[in-house]
Amino acid sequence: MKEPNDIILRGVTKVAVVIIFTFAINLFFSGHHNPGGGFIGGLGFAAALTLLFLSYDVESVKANFPVDFKVVTSIGVLIAVFTGLGGVFFNEPFLTQAFQYFDLPIFGKTELATAVLFDIGVAFAVIGTAMTIILTISEDR
Amino acid sequence: MSLLHIMILIPFIFAIFVPLLYKFFNPRIHTGWFVLIIPVIIFIYLIRFIPGISSGETMYHSMAWMPSFGINFDAYVDGLGLVFGLLITGIGALVILYSIYYMSKEREALHNFYVYLLMFMGAMLGVVFSDNILVLYVFWELTSISSFLLIAYWYQREKSRYGAQKSMLITIFGGLAMLSGFIMLSMMTDTYSIREMFTQINVITEHHLFLPAMILILLGAFTKSAQFPFSIWLPDAMEAPTPISAYLHSATMVKAGIYLVARMTPIFGGSSEWFWLVSGIGLITLLYGSINAVRQTDLKGLLAYSTISQLGLIMSLLGIGSAALYFGYGREADLYVVAITASIFHMINHSTFKGSLFMVVGIIDHETGTRDIRRLGGLMTIMPISFTIAVIGSFAMAGLPPFNGFISKEMFFTSVLEASKLTEFNMETFGILFPVIAWVASVFTFIYSMILVFKTFRGKYKPEKLEKKAHEAPIGMLISPIILASLVVIIFFFPNIIADYLLKPAVASVLPSLAEGGIIDMKISAWHGWNTELFMTIGVVVLGGLMYMYLKKWVGIYRLYPQNMTLNQLYNSGLDHAQGWSKSLTDGYMTGYIRDYIAYLFGFFILFIGGTLLVTQSITLDFSNNAPVNVFEGALVLAMMTAAVTVLFAKTRLTAIIALGVLGYLVSMFFVIFRAPDLALTQLVVETVTTALFLLCFYHLPKFKEHTKRVPLKPLNLVISIGVGIIVTLFAFSANGTRLFDPIASYYEDAYELAGAKNIVNSILVDFRGIDTMLEIFVLCIAGLGVYTMIKLGLDRREK
Repeated sequence: MKEPNDIILRGVTKVAVVIIFTFAINLFFSGHHNPGGGFIGGLGFAAALTLLFLSYDVESVKANFPVDFKVVTSIGVLIAVFTGLGGVFFNEPFLTQAFQYFDLPIFGKTELATAVLFDIGVAFAVIGTAMTIILTISEDR
Repeated sequence: MSLLHIMILIPFIFAIFVPLLYKFFNPRIHTGWFVLIIPVIIFIYLIRFIPGISSGETMYHSMAWMPSFGINFDAYVDGLGLVFGLLITGIGALVILYSIYYMSKEREALHNFYVYLLMFMGAMLGVVFSDNILVLYVFWELTSISSFLLIAYWYQREKSRYGAQKSMLITIFGGLAMLSGFIMLSMMTDTYSIREMFTQINVITEHHLFLPAMILILLGAFTKSAQFPFSIWLPDAMEAPTPISAYLHSATMVKAGIYLVARMTPIFGGSSEWFWLVSGIGLITLLYGSINAVRQTDLKGLLAYSTISQLGLIMSLLGIGSAALYFGYGREADLYVVAITASIFHMINHSTFKGSLFMVVGIIDHETGTRDIRRLGGLMTIMPISFTIAVIGSFAMAGLPPFNGFISKEMFFTSVLEASKLTEFNMETFGILFPVIAWVASVFTFIYSMILVFKTFRGKYKPEKLEKKAHEAPIGMLISPIILASLVVIIFFFPNIIADYLLKPAVASVLPSLAEGGIIDMKISAWHGWNTELFMTIGVVVLGGLMYMYLKKWVGIYRLYPQNMTLNQLYNSGLDHAQGWSKSLTDGYMTGYIRDYIAYLFGFFILFIGGTLLVTQSITLDFSNNAPVNVFEGALVLAMMTAAVTVLFAKTRLTAIIALGVLGYLVSMFFVIFRAPDLALTQLVVETVTTALFLLCFYHLPKFKEHTKRVPLKPLNLVISIGVGIIVTLFAFSANGTRLFDPIASYYEDAYELAGAKNIVNSILVDFRGIDTMLEIFVLCIAGLGVYTMIKLGLDRREK
């Protein structure tokens, strides 16, 4: 295949990817009170990565971002299961989530919820799966 | 969660750490040493129950699992469960000790081995200590699965895979049958607890499902305990490493069927069907196993058939003993209590002598490199300790004094003689068969026991036929069989210790109604005077001895039996036919074209959803509550339609993909209008990613056929597409117009108080219905791995 020479695409990507990453992470954290959450955040992240892979070739992205996405998936699933198990140790049913308000130095009164941990698992699983599928299909030429 | 639960679950929990221990310590410390701790702990824990249990107490602890369905992890310890628990952990500890010397830490994948072994141990403890039948079933299937994994431990070998598959197919078939039997039982009694079922025995016996439930449960027990004709899996299971054969396939797992029959005796016992099925199948198995064992040339094959035969013996004793429940109370019932006692006693004895024999055979295999009787011989002087153990084990198996097998064999003879005098259950006609079959089978048992000892250890030493130079095993390997063999002798001299502390409470839990009367009084003694049983044993020894001496003269009879009529042949051809049949069936509809699959999917969709709508008459077209459609919404719908039609008539694939993307984005606009920002966001991102995916797949799709200017009308496709459209529309209208119950939305309105989240959608996803989300990401993970493996496998194949 001929090597594409997309200066504009690559230039835009460099900027856009940072914005999308930020947006994705924001989406993830706002999930508790505003639209967003692990699934959307993860997908947004995956979309940014896809953009990277599309505009640059797979090898150079992999060199700068050396992550095995199958491992990311399994870590995500494991996080979700283990946060679920957390409740069991406090004699609560599996997957019981807890939340509490804390006074933190900079953030002020902040709510910390175990649901966020579970959501991290979801996000990881989504990123891992999406990227695994996209990368394997793209490598199949 | 009580200590009892922890003890049942501890093997599973510890199994998680085994691979780590293997990784960090393997070349230096054999992983088995760590694993050994577990059965020893549980064994000591269980031993502490003996005084309480033997004085009639029971232990019961409940742990909520799915309380809304009445499914709880109820752990229950009584006499019967305790005997099994002690066997599982006691023999388990010895087997693990033995395996430390048997399994090479340099060559074998020990982490797999011990994980499977621990999984099996936990599952087996779960089976014998569960009061809830569904929990029991789960553990029951876990034993099948771990047995499968252990048989296939050397999965590189064709025969291991064959044996594993065979055992799995047969035992899982039985397990499923048992599950349906259990469900019938719970339908009759409206409970899942075995102990509560005991209080409703009258309800069960008079119910029309009594017989089906009994047969189905017996199927489970018979397949697991390798009763005729399901016994064929056991000889092939001998492909497993020898410690496993000793543990699973002789001492414990195959006894799960015995356990189940004993456990269910209070419910089903006393009926003639139960009596005939259990004792009849047991006697047939006894005869079949012992006759077949004589012809084996592989030592483990011989032991496998001998195990089948001994299991048949125990099973038939349980069948005969169930007659006690028919009589209920009094002198006659007492006679049959002996049979139950004998069955549990023989089961303990069998575990000791058969365990030691398997270990000896493992030693022979390990030290000489073969198990073939024709190549072995003259090992007595080379391996004196193994020889002694083998003599003790086989003489106990043959039923000779002064070994424990003698006592239980005598009790067995007593029971079959009693059974032949029975006048109920049509026994007047067939009763005489019981002692005859028992005696003939005992003769064959004697013969194969002699073959086992004398063909291997006496005769001429043939070093040229052996792969290694034979020598005695290291002491570590001998400890376990020595312990078992000394138990064989000790039990003979002090049988009443076992009787008082283990057998009595066990029999009491098999025959609870008799135990209440307090009539179970047992005294086991080796010497009964010159009675019929003793003469039967003498007859067995004389005839067996003669037949063994002239073995060469008559063994050819076996070859007269046609080879194509064996059960194995039946199984193999059945499996072949089933595979061929399912392959042709599958090939018939798996065309490989996605358009066909979509047609199937939507075809079934129309049939089932449309059918349900019609049958339940739930089509309602009620527009009275609908809000008016405004211009903006109408315009969106129009745009969506345009996009959809564009997809159909697009000239190039790129146009089609873009039009599809437009459709997706327009849908997300609808979510925005209807104030569902979460959905809109998700739809947007999903649409973006799928469009990217589509572009990636672009390379792989076949050329868009431009030359077909006119696509011919395909009536079936037309019907399906119009049908799907109509049904979805109708369904949506009906769903809107029908209220079957109050909406559950109000519950979620308290999200902020309950979950501390202002976003209800998110709190539903991660909190209220967290288990759905968790399973969804499982699905995602599996789908991703599926795509990965399919494409990678395809790539590898193409590269070759």
